[in-house]
Amino acid sequence: MCRVVDLKQAVLAKNDRAADTLRAGLTARGITVVNLLSSPGSGKTALLERELSLARERSVPVAALTADLATENDAERLARSGVPVKQVLTDGLCHLEAGMLARHLEGWLPDATRLVFVENVGNLVCPASYDLGETLRVVLASVTEGEDKPLKYPTAFGLAHLVVVTKTDIAEAVEFDEAAFRANVERVNPGVEVLLTSARRGLGLGALLDRALAAADGVPAHTPVMAREPHEHAHGHTHDDADGTGVLAQSHS
Amino acid sequence: MHEMSIAMAVIGQVEEAAEGAGGVTAVRSVRLQVGELAGVVPDALSFCFELACAGTVLEGAELVTDTVPGRARCTPCAHEWAVGMPPLLSCPRCDGGATDLLSGRELQIVGVQWEDGRTPLPTDQPIPEER
Repeated sequence: MCRVVDLKQAVLAKNDRAADTLRAGLTARGITVVNLLSSPGSGKTALLERELSLARERSVPVAALTADLATENDAERLARSGVPVKQVLTDGLCHLEAGMLARHLEGWLPDATRLVFVENVGNLVCPASYDLGETLRVVLASVTEGEDKPLKYPTAFGLAHLVVVTKTDIAEAVEFDEAAFRANVERVNPGVEVLLTSARRGLGLGALLDRALAAADGVPAHTPVMAREPHEHAHGHTHDDADGTGVLAQSHS
Repeated sequence: MHEMSIAMAVIGQVEEAAEGAGGVTAVRSVRLQVGELAGVVPDALSFCFELACAGTVLEGAELVTDTVPGRARCTPCAHEWAVGMPPLLSCPRCDGGATDLLSGRELQIVGVQWEDGRTPLPTDQPIPEER
């Protein structure tokens, strides 16, 4: 016979469970993950090179994992900082998932590590949907990308704990309108902090490391509206989210 | 495009549920709720779903997608609004930043229609009336 079965399962429940397990396991070891998202070419690697070097100078034990579809170029650049670095090749996959990250960290991450920076695949669409077990999610945009980037990629910017603008040394040449960019960030993610940086000129360096260390110390990160769980509906009843999947059960016909 | 990963996650969960229920011979349709702000394109998802179902118990199954509009409410002034796309998540009335997102982030399997070649038996899943 033909049956209609109610499932009420979050599609990404498996990834979310893997992310929660990874976060709990790493937290127990005193390790915090920072997930870096941006479009290709926005300067994730350049900024991270500088931040990793700073961490080393300050004797903060950090490690970095960088994901790309192909080449080990980014790992070679990041490894110049002298901290442990691992390249993940996704073989064409456009994003990292929590299970993949867990497999790559297992047996590789030195026990004394405090922060793991994960440079996600350069892409503002797909990686936004996947929790990697991070405590801090950072979304970057360079001044050359246009002030409306947060509006074009609202899921990525809307779920950021911190937004970083890169390449500010050429802001004037490309007529970057900082106020317009900030207003667009505010529209999709009210209250999120926006940092201005230039890896080339050394501007704003260390701020990312400071925010990551604060998150590692348990300072609560900004909670984006998009990540907030509503406690009640307009019509007054509360939703049952007892399965912990983070997706609300809703009535349907 | 991560819709293929999403499609495969849907298929994996339906396969598991079908195995758990036992005796499922074919899945006819899968119903999904996709919020406006879920970051998933329903058309791309349907395309991937059809491809990824081949060779599974879901082969030929229809993917039915219900889009859930994004709605938000301002905590200080209680104003409620449709967030639109791109979403406006700060209150258009009082400009406060303390917003609750009421809906729009859903990415959920609501239900499945399947054939199990048996007469009705009680299961631990709620079974609504046949259509």
